[in-house]
Amino acid sequence: MGVYKHFVQPGRVAFISHGKDAGKLCVIIDAIDCNRVLVDGPCSGVSRQEVNLKRIHLTKFRLKLAHTARTKIVRKQWKAADITKKWQETNWAKKLEAKKRRAKMNDFDRYKLMRAKQARNRIIRTEYNKQIKKRRT
Amino acid sequence: MIRIEREDFVLAKGYPKCNASICLFPCVCSSFNMKAKGELREYEVIGRHLPTQKDPVPKLYKMRIFAPDNVVAKSRFWYFCNRIKKIKKSVGEIVSCRRIYDKSPLKIKNFAIWLRYDSRSGTHNMYREYRDMTVSKAVTQCYRDMGARHRARSHSIQILKVEQIPASKCRRPHVKQFHNSKIRFPLPHRVTARLHRPRFTTRRPNTFFQ
Repeated sequence: MGVYKHFVQPGRVAFISHGKDAGKLCVIIDAIDCNRVLVDGPCSGVSRQEVNLKRIHLTKFRLKLAHTARTKIVRKQWKAADITKKWQETNWAKKLEAKKRRAKMNDFDRYKLMRAKQARNRIIRTEYNKQIKKRRT
Repeated sequence: MIRIEREDFVLAKGYPKCNASICLFPCVCSSFNMKAKGELREYEVIGRHLPTQKDPVPKLYKMRIFAPDNVVAKSRFWYFCNRIKKIKKSVGEIVSCRRIYDKSPLKIKNFAIWLRYDSRSGTHNMYREYRDMTVSKAVTQCYRDMGARHRARSHSIQILKVEQIPASKCRRPHVKQFHNSKIRFPLPHRVTARLHRPRFTTRRPNTFFQ
């Protein structure tokens, strides 16, 4: 196993970082040249199109696809591997979701967050102080 | 440019290559108007000489032109018409100028382009290969590539022939390397495009994403 674990290859699930389909997942079907790939995401709302590799972030998921795969085959493989659910369970997706929610916060949400943080830190601090006291005696 | 009998549509063969150092068609370049703006489009332009007493039904000539819009396409048609036939815009007419759309824009294809261009010290023929999804995109790529590699401006480039070729006929290694059904390559050293987000920072950017 080398340094690189994720490759641009037919069947590789990729995340589109910016452009019209920003934030969506797609599957790499074939490489056009060293800068562009043919991509398809029937289950994630990405039409079959050419995409620049600069916009792509490779994920750890890979489907079993030939470089000549049709959209129908991609859809079948995607559903069989349940990529949408698996993606939402990854830390990456969770962090993206958290960022989105943080950006949508209004003042009341921020107040609630402050209170929640205080409550959590209070619990941690009391427990920590208890342990320190126990350690000293 | 090919002569067409009535409605027979035969693919345009283009325009003779320049012979070694002697240019059969003197490059009196009066048309510096061609600028390969944006993405080029493929047009099929058909034109003919106006009917005269001597020749009441003139022959139709068809060309496959790559231009940014139909105005430039027609202009380019006259440019070539002038040089190959004795037809000028003032004594001719364009019968049709249609935009041609690619039949399979979602299929990756290999294109061979034969062209002729003026360098600073002469005019040369070239054969180039590109991998793309549509003909227009491949020709646009060609113009950009010629500008980059040979400093050739679009007005000094003449596309002689564009052909979609099967993988077995490709000659250029930079195209052949993608003819691999199990192609696989990583994305090493990902240079950040967001140079200004943040513009000033104390940390070096991360380039390893696996």
